[in-house]
Amino acid sequence: MSTEVAEEKVVKKSEALLSKRRKKLVADPLNEDNPITIQVLGICSALAVTVKMEPTIIMALGVTFTIVFSNLLISLIRNFIPNRIRIIVQLAVVALFVTLVSEFLKAYNYPMYKVLGAFVGLIITNCIVMGRLEAFAMGNKPYDSILDGFGSGLGYAWIILAVSFFREFLGSGSILNFKVFQALGIPYVNNGLMVDSIGAFMILAIIIWVQRTKTGYVEQ
Amino acid sequence: MDLVNLGIKSIFIDNMIFAYFLGMCSYLAVSKKVSTAIGLGAAVVFVLTIIVPANWMVQQYILKESALTWLSPQFEGMNLEFLQFIMFIAIIAAMVQLVEMIVEKVSPALYGTLGIFLPLIAVNCAILGSALFMVQRDYTLAEAAVFGTSSGIGWMLAIVALAAIREKLKYSNVPSGLKGLGLTMIITGLMGLAFKSFIGIAL
Repeated sequence: MSTEVAEEKVVKKSEALLSKRRKKLVADPLNEDNPITIQVLGICSALAVTVKMEPTIIMALGVTFTIVFSNLLISLIRNFIPNRIRIIVQLAVVALFVTLVSEFLKAYNYPMYKVLGAFVGLIITNCIVMGRLEAFAMGNKPYDSILDGFGSGLGYAWIILAVSFFREFLGSGSILNFKVFQALGIPYVNNGLMVDSIGAFMILAIIIWVQRTKTGYVEQ
Repeated sequence: MDLVNLGIKSIFIDNMIFAYFLGMCSYLAVSKKVSTAIGLGAAVVFVLTIIVPANWMVQQYILKESALTWLSPQFEGMNLEFLQFIMFIAIIAAMVQLVEMIVEKVSPALYGTLGIFLPLIAVNCAILGSALFMVQRDYTLAEAAVFGTSSGIGWMLAIVALAAIREKLKYSNVPSGLKGLGLTMIITGLMGLAFKSFIGIAL
């Protein structure tokens, strides 16, 4: 319980609702500590659902929802979880929220449920969710955990939206299903490579390169 | 013959990494040395071979609509599919634990090699992904078994190949922002391009 003691010292009783430290919790994962480009987590879904922007937005919402609420729940029950079975408890909590997302999608947007298919279920094994539970929610208070989950969700969301923007724009010549090139009257031959998995790897590699050059992060 | 075709298709054409991006996290993290890549790859093949048929049985005899009628006719029409994720992940976690204990008992040498990787497999999306694909594609038990093994082999092939390339690249001079993840992504993209040539195989 050493983390508990350390935490009491850092957090004062009357901390502002959005203090500097808490703003940092949300802002850090956006750039300097981005879950995808810096921590190398949650790559699978970042690549698999990014052919078009629409499913990507749904996926980003689903993942953010799952991270925020499983962070909250784990943080609330963190003192009752026996250390040896914590992975199973975490998996069960995540699976609960992913089931909610999946059932909600099935009920209100069935075509999108068909498009995303198995990848909604794969949020369970998304390393970002498990990573945040293990690294943050197990040792911090509920409100901070919500902010942390929200920040990580946003950091994940903007990267996959950027990837899907370029893939849809170059691969299908459209943005959110709106045919840009056709509307402007510019002849453009769709780049099949971008729709394919190879385009995803390349686009993500370029985004990582640009982002890491800007933040100055170098992998050893 | 269909089973052989399915096997070849899942290894080369519908490769877990290059076509579906499954299991990318450990693929990127554990591909720095060939020997560890082989260890993890073998563990994944082993676990997938057991888990896909096991989850097939759960789906067929517990979760599917009216699946519980073998227990009592009054369960006719009951659909437990909303429990799919929790059941699958619980079975995977339990199986991985079981496999770990069996390997430790039967072959301490293999356990020494795989040791650290085995618990990690529970959260490898290639495992849960294969189980979910198996449900989505309505495989029979034999097909599920072949699919499990061969998608594991495909995954192993990819990670061992990547590790071999990365070992050679260790001392090359690349732009600092591209070091590590960025370059690995580009290599994976090029490998995916090479794997595309298998699409031409008539099955």
